[in-house]
Amino acid sequence: MTLGFADLIPLLPLILVTVTVVAAMLAVAIRRRVMLTAAITISGLLAASVVSLLLLFDTNQQVTPLLIIDQYSLLFTLVVCVTSMFLAILSFPYFFSLNDHKDEYFLLLGIATIGAIVMVSSNHFVSTLLGLETLSMSLYGMIAYPLHSRDAAKYPLEAAVKYLVLSAAASALLLFGMALIYAQTGTLAFSSVLQQTGTEVFSDAFSIIALLMLFSGIAFKLSLAPFHLWTPDVYEGAPLPATTYLASIGKLAMFVLLLRFAVDSQALAFESVVTVLSLLAVASILGGNLLALLQNNLKRILAYSSIAHMGYVLVALIAGATVDSAVDIEAVSFYLIAYVIMTLGAFGVASVISSSEKEYDSIFDYRGLFWRAPWLAAIFTGMLLSLAGIPLTVGFIGKFYLFFAAVEAGLWTLLAVMIIGSGIGLYYYLRIIYRMLKPAKEMGSFREAGIESLSAYVVLGLMFVLLLLLGVYPAPLITLIESASALL
Amino acid sequence: MILVVLISLFFVGGLLAWLAEFIDPKLPRLVALLVCLLSLLLMLSLLGGDNGSWLASVDWPWLPSFGISFYLAVDGLSLLLLLLTAFLGVIAVASAWDEITDQPGFFYFNLLWTLAGVVGVFTALDLFLFFFFWEVMLIPMYFIIAIWGHENKNYAAMKFFIFTQVSGLLMLTAILVLVYFHYVQFGAVSFRYQDLLAVATSGPLEMWVMLGFFIAFTTKLPSVPFHSWLPDAHSQAPTAGSVILAGILLKTGAYGLIRFTVPLFPEASMAFAPVAITLAAISILYCAKVAFAQDDIKRLIAYTSVSHMGFVTLGVYAWNEQALQGAVMTMLAHGLSAAALFMLAGGLQHRIHTRHMPDMGGFWGQVPRMSVVALFFSIAALGMPGLGNFIGEFLALLGAFQANILMTVLAALGLIFASVYSLWVIQKVFHGEYDDGKFQGHRLSDLDRREMTFYIAMMLGLVWMGMYPQSFLALSQPVLDSLLAGAGAITAVAGQM
Repeated sequence: MTLGFADLIPLLPLILVTVTVVAAMLAVAIRRRVMLTAAITISGLLAASVVSLLLLFDTNQQVTPLLIIDQYSLLFTLVVCVTSMFLAILSFPYFFSLNDHKDEYFLLLGIATIGAIVMVSSNHFVSTLLGLETLSMSLYGMIAYPLHSRDAAKYPLEAAVKYLVLSAAASALLLFGMALIYAQTGTLAFSSVLQQTGTEVFSDAFSIIALLMLFSGIAFKLSLAPFHLWTPDVYEGAPLPATTYLASIGKLAMFVLLLRFAVDSQALAFESVVTVLSLLAVASILGGNLLALLQNNLKRILAYSSIAHMGYVLVALIAGATVDSAVDIEAVSFYLIAYVIMTLGAFGVASVISSSEKEYDSIFDYRGLFWRAPWLAAIFTGMLLSLAGIPLTVGFIGKFYLFFAAVEAGLWTLLAVMIIGSGIGLYYYLRIIYRMLKPAKEMGSFREAGIESLSAYVVLGLMFVLLLLLGVYPAPLITLIESASALL
Repeated sequence: MILVVLISLFFVGGLLAWLAEFIDPKLPRLVALLVCLLSLLLMLSLLGGDNGSWLASVDWPWLPSFGISFYLAVDGLSLLLLLLTAFLGVIAVASAWDEITDQPGFFYFNLLWTLAGVVGVFTALDLFLFFFFWEVMLIPMYFIIAIWGHENKNYAAMKFFIFTQVSGLLMLTAILVLVYFHYVQFGAVSFRYQDLLAVATSGPLEMWVMLGFFIAFTTKLPSVPFHSWLPDAHSQAPTAGSVILAGILLKTGAYGLIRFTVPLFPEASMAFAPVAITLAAISILYCAKVAFAQDDIKRLIAYTSVSHMGFVTLGVYAWNEQALQGAVMTMLAHGLSAAALFMLAGGLQHRIHTRHMPDMGGFWGQVPRMSVVALFFSIAALGMPGLGNFIGEFLALLGAFQANILMTVLAALGLIFASVYSLWVIQKVFHGEYDDGKFQGHRLSDLDRREMTFYIAMMLGLVWMGMYPQSFLALSQPVLDSLLAGAGAITAVAGQM
């Protein structure tokens, strides 16, 4: 198959991000100026976002066997590009005082975004793996970035190595699963595994083992319990912007891919696969929430809460096994977008007051934030309440959507677990909020290094507005998601 | 349209109050007072409307793909509770007038947003919207307790939040199941109250779904065994918080039972009525007993609240006209009397910095005006004829007697217990030896003119309810009649148990 010019248009977001990275790299080669590198990256990501928004409404095309560009993939390409752009804006003041070269961080961020875009557009195992590894490789670098700085985040190297080793193990599992599926279907494209099973050569058990291998690999990346052990350590050790990237885009891209795979492969037709996924969901929701209770470190709390949240989303995915409508796909998509907003906002507040030289990641640091920095505290409270699923925030609509899907599928046990999990979750979210409400010990700015950046505050403000707007009037987003998931 | 104005008045007023702090720290309370008075006027303007159907309603599409609309409507029952809300809103602002000096803007913001949520709960007829407001009133209340509360506020606020939120999620699940039934039976997703009333529910699932609603509402009410958050929340909350909590927030639970639980699930409720009535009787007797054992005056009043709310559950599950009227009257009268008692306790704490009753005594000679007021509201709470609480509890018992004789007789003992603990408080606090050595230099002063004004307003309200209850009963009667007709009388079956 040859690639015509017409095929390039749907690929524009991907191409734009790639060009951005190359341009930024050349700029670094000519002259190191972190301001310039950041500006190139941010504007490139902005251009990619705009283009994917323009393409969003009338593109549905398979470009090469590897990538499918439809409304679903473009919607998430848009989310990925916008999120990366915001993260680049947040990273800039954070790394400003880093006693090392700062330009390459933005290159890594751009490359990771390429990987994420490939992942959300993938319907072929080859592109899955390419995207995933591109994303992970860049993340290793981002996590270990402040390595040479004396005061930087505590254990960047440990975190990076931990992530590297476990991620490689997960990839190996994933590859094995893919190979087994290939053995049955004879194609690396996502396709139904049902047609080939039950024949003489391949029994049901064969497909089930293949799928379980694949899902275990994915569960590693999504940090679902019991594959979650790396999450809190990596979150804690990495510099905040990298943690945010991992928590938002890293999870989002993987889940988007998982959803497309689950739909295309009809993997949920196997009862045992559904059982295993349900167990993963229960373990993640209960484990994540219970373990978060014991933490005093903000990053670790959010790490465990992300485990629980991935469990919630998994419930909606499982609902897809029984419902006829597309409510499961919509619920997953909506919740993922909501989750990205909340994660970006919550980590964003922490990274605005922190810098690469001094991170404020203990919840005791946030004592009296309400009186020291009321706006930041309001945003942070909003994000935490949204994570807890309280109305007026997008998290509530998201949780409502998940409940809706679960009720429609009649998943009563999982619903009960979700309710219990949410109840436990309230405790640690409120604990942070309560710290912020206490009288401050000292007033004034937190800042010891890095710079104040108005644009970072603008990003946080924007997240807050989105959080409330989509929490009160989510109809436009729901309509968009409905039309995107109808085609999936 | 007037309802949208009403709700946005509270939301916008809250924001204004917050912003007003930056101009002058004394300004927020004025803004809050104006908002409450204005809303009271707006509600009174609804009174003249044609009774029987909706007095006012709004119906805008909100999330059409889920069949969710912004559907608010008011009938006589809602209006009564709205009037109570606005009236107690004024009282709460007045009681916080001098007490809240720390971050007043944010305080009044939270106060008004709680009220906004309550107004929404009393008017929403779309179940999604109802749930939405149900949760909206939660967070500002959490802030009120957690920021302006007393020594153990973190624990109390957290407990309050988790109890209500978890029971709320049960209700959300129940709502969704009901909506799903509607979808299966009628082929469309709808959260509208009228549509869901038409759903034919049956089988064991109906009982579970009903329980989802029941638990959420009886947690808020509260009733044994979901009551344990209330004494903590009350004893730690600032006075205005207690007023809102006891006066209004508890009533949302009762309102939910009357408006949603029984009409939506008549059969399951019928089957469940004996259990509910028994729980009500246990609440009345057990909490009266526990109240008697308290040393902390606010905890004592909190337990009496649970006890009095038992009469509401009793009235609702007897499900006949007298009993329901009794429940509604109890809600209104208890709203005033409990709010007043909490304000008295709060006033005492503000003056002498303790809620510990053994430290008190002989206050009658020192603060005669406060003592008289306290005596009045204690007597009101114990059910003295001529005051509102008597009408409510009497009607509730009268109706319940037709439904379940044994439990009603037991519950009626609660009236005796109420006299015991009420008079006991009066005796402990206001009679005996006066000793101000325990107050660490804080001076006990009598009620000032501002305080007297709002206590007198509340007294007049209770006397009015007691002397001419018809003016209230007439408003709620058509609503209760139609609810009764819709759900069918469940007394017959319940009576045989």
